[in-house]
Amino acid sequence: MKRQMTGAKMIVQALKDQGVDTIFGYPGGAVLPIYDEIFQQNDIRHILVRHEQGAVHAAEGYARSTGKPGVVLVTSGPGATNAVTGLTDALLDSIPLVVLTGQVPTFMIGTDGFQEADTVGITRPCTKHNWLVKETDKLAETIHQAFHVATEGRPGPTLVDIPKDVQFAKGTYTEPKTANVANYQPSMKGDVEAITAMVELLETAERPIFYTGGGVINSGPAASQLLCEWADAANVPVTSTLMGLGAYPASGKNWIGMLGMHGLYEANMAMHDCDVMINIGARFDDRITGRLDAFSPKSTKVHIDIDASSINKVIHVNVPIIGDVGHVLEDALKIWKARGRKTNAEALSKWHAQIDEWRARRCLSYINSDKIIKPQYALQRLEALTKKYDRYITTEVGQHQMWAAQFLGFEAPNRWMTSGGLGTMGYGFPASIGVQVAHPDALVINVAGEASWLMNMQEMGTAAQYRLPVKQFILNNERLGMVRQWQELLHGERYSHSWSESLPDFVKLAEAFGAKGILCTDPADLDDAIMEMIEYDGPVIFDCLVEKHENCFPMIPSGKAHNDMIMGEADTSDAIGDTGAVLV
Amino acid sequence: MSALKIKKGSSSHSAYDLRDPNADVVESHTLACVVDNEAGVLARVIGLFSGRGYNIESLTVAEVNHEFHRSRITIVTSGTPQVIEQIKAQLGRIVPVHRVHDLTVEGASVERELALFKVAATGEQRVESLRLADIFRANVVDSTLNSFIFEMTGTSEKIDAFADLMRPLGLVETARTGVAALGRGPEK
Repeated sequence: MKRQMTGAKMIVQALKDQGVDTIFGYPGGAVLPIYDEIFQQNDIRHILVRHEQGAVHAAEGYARSTGKPGVVLVTSGPGATNAVTGLTDALLDSIPLVVLTGQVPTFMIGTDGFQEADTVGITRPCTKHNWLVKETDKLAETIHQAFHVATEGRPGPTLVDIPKDVQFAKGTYTEPKTANVANYQPSMKGDVEAITAMVELLETAERPIFYTGGGVINSGPAASQLLCEWADAANVPVTSTLMGLGAYPASGKNWIGMLGMHGLYEANMAMHDCDVMINIGARFDDRITGRLDAFSPKSTKVHIDIDASSINKVIHVNVPIIGDVGHVLEDALKIWKARGRKTNAEALSKWHAQIDEWRARRCLSYINSDKIIKPQYALQRLEALTKKYDRYITTEVGQHQMWAAQFLGFEAPNRWMTSGGLGTMGYGFPASIGVQVAHPDALVINVAGEASWLMNMQEMGTAAQYRLPVKQFILNNERLGMVRQWQELLHGERYSHSWSESLPDFVKLAEAFGAKGILCTDPADLDDAIMEMIEYDGPVIFDCLVEKHENCFPMIPSGKAHNDMIMGEADTSDAIGDTGAVLV
Repeated sequence: MSALKIKKGSSSHSAYDLRDPNADVVESHTLACVVDNEAGVLARVIGLFSGRGYNIESLTVAEVNHEFHRSRITIVTSGTPQVIEQIKAQLGRIVPVHRVHDLTVEGASVERELALFKVAATGEQRVESLRLADIFRANVVDSTLNSFIFEMTGTSEKIDAFADLMRPLGLVETARTGVAALGRGPEK
């Protein structure tokens, strides 16, 4: 049955047929016909953001916490250009998004019309793929293709640019199942010989390590299950990138913490000294590898990645496996079991003993204070007091983000939303809104720094309008903490423009939006204040005034190797043992 | 705090490692991509090269299958072996790209380029240019009393050689198509 309808109606129909329940957007001249259709239906909920960047980050939060693609609708010109940061963020972190943008009518394209921008030109390098639709007959099929490309293979953002006359004109609707997606069919299964080679390496490995990344989470919960099963059965230590936290539980017996520039001492030392490294869905990012020519010099490297271009991009690997993490791990486990579940038990117990020795350095130690709240202490208390809740954490970017990754434990995938690749300040607040929309009854906390948070603070309007009880846990040091840290360590303590002048009164700011504000300055009040935040039914801005000059350790400076870390002051100044010292 | 003892100018002052990880031998490769001839496909391909800092030495593109709207893009590029592998993988990632062939490594291939040379000369030089054109099997496609346009097809090296000979004789303008190439043998 061929259905005729307007382009605008087709868009809403295509979204429904793709199972979309929520979209994030902002109206404007070039998308009015679509908004008119949205007005006349109740199946799809539209969340009105306050800035298009917020819409894209909210959709990222929604996508990352549900595993479904996030959908965004914005207008032409400035609507589209405001979405660019979010698109780039989603591209670097492999988050599936479908962004629909309005465009001036086809006959006006190229005339510098009002709110015209070359949207497909601008977004070509920051999307996985994009389309300009010039005929209504092709509109529905293109939207279905956009969903297919966004979610298949390595996920990423797609964009469909829709001129206004295409929205008004009538055309034939294409059902999802008849849409032509044959062009893009990434292979999911890995090469069996390569998988067998990986299993063989693991069987005899003396010092193996699983280095896991966001690919495990993107592959779906089954991949995380398989990872845990194999790691625990074969007794392999597991470390993870920032993007992969939660794939293996933080309470798991083989967990050795996050690796990388601000990763744990034991994780980085294990990466450096391992003899078999199995990279599962990570991409040897420069924040992970440090100095390339000194990166894990003694190891045989296996790399599982669905994207062939990730293989040998920066680090040469011995066994490349191109495929979906879930499928590859399933095959690997089968092969490993069929071959008799072999491990090198004696060497493994020595390896674990070595890791325990490194762990005994207690690299996250810091000197606590009873006068001023240390950011690490604030996160420890947040962890202790929120652990038992159905909890989702988002973050902004900077020191607080690294501390959150170090001090909060994640037991399951899709519970941790952070901007890893692009490092987008202003990501966390809108992302927390997207997560809360997807999980209305969950406790959603955005761990923020005051500077990052201000970058998208307009979304307070969104949180208030939809009564989303998102908790904004701001570690306020009145500084751009990470910039300040680099200036202190590497630029002669010249703090060029790295402080937050003229900050708002966050309590009054919250109240101005009809939300709750909590100010906490004393470590003794912290627990009660956090409980007050959790128990309040509505959005909260928690202004936690913390030590202004705290640095985030351990740290591998750029150009240094994994075993060349600087440790915290508590470690270097021999101050551990003071009554105020808190050891982690 | 001076836990770091970093020399001035060291890459540790940067948020990135500034050393070139690919300081290796640079090779030239001819790549052929079969793509859907849709709006923007060429921009995607060349945008990839400029965005990721790869070289393009020559680029040729035209629709080769009108029924299925397929174009063939032939790119001559250069880089270390690791970079060449990266370029191929990145090209393969572009959604409308169907196949990527590295003609330099996939067995023998035939590479041809077409060039037009305008030579303005009179007297003995004019005669000499015609004589050399004959040796190189270049055709005269336009003539005035004081100029020729020669058309020549061949490898890039042959065209370079001809251009070098024409230069002292009055070469005023050159147009080259860039390399078109096919692998030898019956396989696709």
